[in-house]
Amino acid sequence: MIPASFDYERASSLDEALNMLAAGGEDARPLAGGHSLLPLMRLRLARPSLLVDIGGLDELRGVHADGDSVVIGALTTHHEVAGASELTGGSGLLAKVAEGIGDPQVRHRGTLGGSVAHADPASDLPAALLALDAEVTLAGRGGTRSVAAADFFVGPFMSAAADGEIVTGVRVPTREGWGSAYRKFQRRAQDWAIVGVAAVVNWTESGIAGAAIGLTNMGGTPLRAPGVEAALAGTSEKAQILAAASKVSELETPPADENASSEYRVHLAQVLIARAVAEAAGCPGMQPG
Amino acid sequence: MATAEKYVGGGVPRKEDPKLLTGQGTFLEGLTLPGMLHAALVRSPHGSARINSVDVSAAAAAEGVVAAYSGADLADEWAAGLPMAWPVTDDIRIPDHWPVAQDVARYVGDAVAVVVATSRNAALDAAELVEVEYEVLEAVVDVEAALADDAPRVHESFDDNKSYTWALTNGDVDAAFAKADVVVSERYTQPRLIPNAMEPRAVVAQSVPSTGDFTVWSTTQIPHVAKVLFALTLGIPEGQIRVIAPSDVGGGFGSKLNVYAEEALCIALARRLGKPVKWVAGRSEGYLATIHGRDQVQKIEIAATSDGDILGYRVNIAAAMGAYLQLVAPGVPLLGAFLYCGCYGGEAYHFECTGVFTNTTPTDAYRGAGRPEATYAIERAIDALAREVGVDAAEIRRRNFLPAGDMVQSPGGLAFDSADYEPALDRALELLDYDGFRSDQAERREGGGGKQIGVGFSSYVEICGLAPSQVLASLKYAAGGWDAATVRMLPTGKAEVVTGSSPHGQGHVTSWSQIAADALGIPYEDVTVLHGDTHVAPHGMNTYGSRSLAVAGVAVHNACDRVVDKARGLAAHLLEVAPEDLEYEAGTFSVKGVPDRTKSMPELAFAAWTAHSLPEDSEPGLEASCVYDPPNFTFPFGTHVAVVEVDTETGAVDLVRYIAVDDCGPVINPVIVDGQVHGGVAQGIAAALYEEATYAEDGTLETSSMVNYLVPSAAEFPSFETDRTVTPSTSNPMGVKGIGEAGTIGSAPAVINAIVDALSHLGVTDVPMPASPERVWRAIQAAQGGEA
Ligand SMILES: Cc1cc2nc3c(=O)[nH]c(=O)nc-3n(C[C@H](O)[C@H](O)[C@H](O)COP(=O)(O)OP(=O)(O)OC[C@H]3O[C@@H](n4cnc5c(N)ncnc54)[C@H](O)[C@@H]3O)c2cc1C
Repeated sequence: MIPASFDYERASSLDEALNMLAAGGEDARPLAGGHSLLPLMRLRLARPSLLVDIGGLDELRGVHADGDSVVIGALTTHHEVAGASELTGGSGLLAKVAEGIGDPQVRHRGTLGGSVAHADPASDLPAALLALDAEVTLAGRGGTRSVAAADFFVGPFMSAAADGEIVTGVRVPTREGWGSAYRKFQRRAQDWAIVGVAAVVNWTESGIAGAAIGLTNMGGTPLRAPGVEAALAGTSEKAQILAAASKVSELETPPADENASSEYRVHLAQVLIARAVAEAAGCPGMQPG
Repeated sequence: MATAEKYVGGGVPRKEDPKLLTGQGTFLEGLTLPGMLHAALVRSPHGSARINSVDVSAAAAAEGVVAAYSGADLADEWAAGLPMAWPVTDDIRIPDHWPVAQDVARYVGDAVAVVVATSRNAALDAAELVEVEYEVLEAVVDVEAALADDAPRVHESFDDNKSYTWALTNGDVDAAFAKADVVVSERYTQPRLIPNAMEPRAVVAQSVPSTGDFTVWSTTQIPHVAKVLFALTLGIPEGQIRVIAPSDVGGGFGSKLNVYAEEALCIALARRLGKPVKWVAGRSEGYLATIHGRDQVQKIEIAATSDGDILGYRVNIAAAMGAYLQLVAPGVPLLGAFLYCGCYGGEAYHFECTGVFTNTTPTDAYRGAGRPEATYAIERAIDALAREVGVDAAEIRRRNFLPAGDMVQSPGGLAFDSADYEPALDRALELLDYDGFRSDQAERREGGGGKQIGVGFSSYVEICGLAPSQVLASLKYAAGGWDAATVRMLPTGKAEVVTGSSPHGQGHVTSWSQIAADALGIPYEDVTVLHGDTHVAPHGMNTYGSRSLAVAGVAVHNACDRVVDKARGLAAHLLEVAPEDLEYEAGTFSVKGVPDRTKSMPELAFAAWTAHSLPEDSEPGLEASCVYDPPNFTFPFGTHVAVVEVDTETGAVDLVRYIAVDDCGPVINPVIVDGQVHGGVAQGIAAALYEEATYAEDGTLETSSMVNYLVPSAAEFPSFETDRTVTPSTSNPMGVKGIGEAGTIGSAPAVINAIVDALSHLGVTDVPMPASPERVWRAIQAAQGGEA
C-alpha cells in the first residue's frame, strides 16, 4: 500500500526538532530509522500529519563510557550497538541483542531510540534494558528528564514519553564481571521473537550471586521475572536452575497468536531462561542437553 | 558461422539474467501510457455480507477522481461472468462470479466498488470514501465445517456447499481390502497456501474507441488463453483484443494462471472511459485477491499383506474451492486423482473428491496443483504402513515400486512412461549414507539428549506436460493441450523463434535458444525468442503444469527440423545435386563424398530471402511452424530425502540436509533444472514447516502479510544436494519431461516423515503441516501422555 499523505520536515538541532513537533500538534511524530513507523504508515495503521526527521541530529548518536555506566545516544543504529566495544560486563547484553535484530538492512537503519520509543512488547532491546536497570533520557521543550526503564514501558506501544518529547538516549550500568546472554526464539531468521529471554548473571565460585531476567513478548510490556530471579540466587546446578525457571509461570498470562499459544509461551520461557542463565553464567556443567 | 558446439545439455548462462540482475527488467508496473488512469478497488471486510447499498458519491467528488462505480453500476459490462474452464462433472454447481459483487460479498477481499483516478494515490485515498452498508451474514471458512448439514451456505441458490463430487474406481477395491492382513487409515490436512510470486499482479487495459480495439498488458501466465476468455467475458470480438504478457513477468506458480476480476474490470473501465486504466496489486491486497492453493482434508486407506505388499487404496478428499470457482479450480484435485498410489503397485484403487465452497479467497492451481497433495498422502501413508508391518521406510518403497519399463500400468489407471524408480532411491541412499545415518541416530537416542535426528523419504512420480488434448477432453477440461512454435531464419543468418509458451521466470529464452542453435547449427547468441504477445505469436496454450519444454519446447525442436528440411531442398538446388545426396551436420549441408561443396544455414537463409534462385514449387523465405499435441503426459519421478534435528524441549525443527534425486529425462540446461528443483524444494519445505494461511471464524484472513504468513528465506535452508538419473520419456521426440513442479511435489512429505522418524522412539506418529515448533512440542506431549 501507499501511505496517506503527510508533511515532512528535517530538523538540524534537537531544539528545532522539539519546536517542529510542538508546532505540528498531536499528530506530529519524530522519524528516526523509519523501520517501525513506515511499515505502519504503508498499511495506513499510522497516519501522522507531520514527520519530523531527526536522523541528522548527530548529537544523539554514539556510545560513550561514563564511569560505571555506558551512555548510548538515541540515534545509534542497532548495527553500531552490536559493534560497540564500550559495552563490557553485563552491558554486553545490548550488543548481543542488537546483533540479532531483523536483518542487516534493519540493523543499519533502525535505531535504539526508535526501538525504545516505539515500545513494542515484541522488540528485543526493551527487555534487555529492563534487565540491565537502564534509564531512558528524554528531552522536551521544558527540559530534560530521565525515567527508569521499569517505569518507561507502560503498555503495548505506550511509554512514559509525553507528546512532543524526544528520547535522547539510555544510560546503562556496566555491571563489570557479570555475564549475559539473549535467547531469542523465532521461526525464521529475521523474525520477531516468539519469546526472548535476556539474562545477566553474576556467577561466583559458590554459584549464582545475582541474576536479572528480562522477557520479550511475554506480556503487554517487556517484563522482569522477579520470582525467577529470587529463586536463582544461590543456585549452581542445572536442576536448580530449571526449577527456578519454572517460576516464570507466576507472571501474567502471556499473549496467544498464530505462532504460539499462551501455554506454549510459558513453556518456552522456562526452557529459554534455563539456557540463557547457563550461557550467561558461562558454566558448561549447567548447559542443558 | 556454423559451429559444432552442442548447447543442449550444457550449462550456458541464462540470457535473461544480465537484464534482471542489472535492474533493466521491464515489468508492468513501469508501464505508463498517455492519459492513463488508475483503479483502486473497495473490498469487502466481511466473510459473508449482503450489500444493502453502495454510496460512491463522496469518492466520485474527491480530488483527482474520474469515476466511481458499484457492482450494480457495472452489471451491463459483462457478457458473461468470470470464466471457469474445468467443469469436472455434468452436475457441477457453478455460481455466478462477477468482477465486482452485486448483491452478496462472499469473502474478505471480494470487490464491491471501484474508484478510477488520475493517480494511484488519489484512487487509493478516494476508495476509503466509498460507503458500503452491509448486512453481515454468518460465514464458514473451514472445509469440513462447510459440509455440515447446518453450515451457513456460501451461495443461497445451492442446497448445500458442495460444488461437485468426482470419483474413480479401478479393480475390486472391497475384495482387496477384504483379503488384506493390515489396513492403515490416515487423515491429513493440506494447509491453505498463498502463492508469493516476486512480482504482484498488475494490468493495464487500453481502448481505441474509434476502432473498438483493445490492448491488454497483464502479468499473466496465459496471454493466449486470456484473450479468448476476455472476449467472452466482455463481449468484445476476439480479433480486436491483443494481450501482452510483458517480456518480464516476475513469477507465477499458478497464481497468474487465471482470468481475474481486475483484468476484466480494467478492460471494462477502459471501454467506458475511453482511456487506459491501470491496476497494481499491493502485497497484502494480493493475499486477499489472488488465488490460494491447497486447503484439503484427505483420508487415505491402504490395504496390504503382513509383509507390506500393497493390495489396494481408498482415498476420499474434501477440497476447498473458496467462495467461487476460479479458472481451473475444480480440476486441481483431479490432477492428483491418479497419483494417490504414487509409484507403487496394487490391485485396486478408489478415489473420491468433493469440491466445497467456503467464505474464503478462491483456490486454484498452485505449483504442483493436486500432485503435492497426492504425493504427501501416499508418502506419509506408506511410512505409516512401514511402521505397522515393521519394515524399513526405504525397503517398503522398494518392495512396492512398479516394475521398471515403459507405459507401466499404475493402479490409479494411467500408464507411466519411462518408469525406473529404484536407481533414484539407491542414489539418494548412497548420498545420504543411510547406514551411517541410522547408527548416528541410534547413538543420539541412546544419549537421550534434547536434540534428536530423523530421516524422511519421498519417492514421487508426477504427471505433467499437459498434454494430449483428447485425454484432457475426457476429464472435461475446456481447452487443448497442444502448443505452437514458428522458427524463422533471418536474412543475416540469425534465427527468430516464436513460441506459444509464456515464460515468467523459467528461462525459456535460454532453453529454446539452445534447442534452436543446435538444430540450425548457428551460435546460441544468434537466436532470438519472441513470446507473450498475441500479435507476435498467434497460437499458444502458454505456461503452467510443467508443460512448456515437453510441449512448446518440442514444438520448437520439430519446427527447426522442418526448417532444416526446407533448407535441404534449397541447398540441393543451389549445389545442383539431389537432396538425398546431401549430408547435414551442425548447420552445414555438404555433398556426400565432396566435403568442400557446402552450403551453410546463413548462406541458405540469405538465398531464401533474395529468392533469386529457388527450387521449383518452393516459396521464398526459410521458415516453418509446428503445432505439437503430444500423445501422452510425461511422468517425471525421483526420491527426495530430508534429515532433521528436532529440539525436543522446544519443538524446533532444524533441516540439516536435503537431498533430491530427480529424473526429468535428458536435461537441456542443468543450471535451469537445478534452479527449478531448488525453488520447488524450497516451496515444498515452506509448506511443511512454515506457511499456512488461516482465517478467523468471521472470514478475516489472519495471515494478511509476510509478517505472519511465514515465507521462508535462504537463511532457513541448508544447501540442497541435487542429483539426477536420466530415463528418457517415450512421449516426445526429445525424451524430455517437466521439472517445474517436481521439487514442490516431492519435498513436503520427506520433511514431515523425517520429523516423525526423529520422534518415533517417543511414540510420535504424526505432526500436522506446517510443523510449527508448538505443533511438534504438542505431538511429543501427546505421545508421552500429556506430561510436560
Ligand atoms: C523487517 C523488519 C524486521 C524487524 N525485526 C526486528 C526484530 O527482530 N527485533 C526488534 O526489536 N525490532 C525489529 N524491527 C524493528 C526495528 O528494530 C526498528 O528499527 C525499531 O523498532 C524502531 O527504530 P526506528 O529508528 O526505525 O524508529 P522509527 O520507525 O523511525 O520510529 C518508531 C516510533 O518511535 C518514534 N521515535 C523514533 N525515534 C524517537 C525518539 N528518539 N524519540 C521519540 N520518539 C521516537 C517514532 O515517532 C515512531 O512512533 C524490525 C523491523 C523491520 C522493518
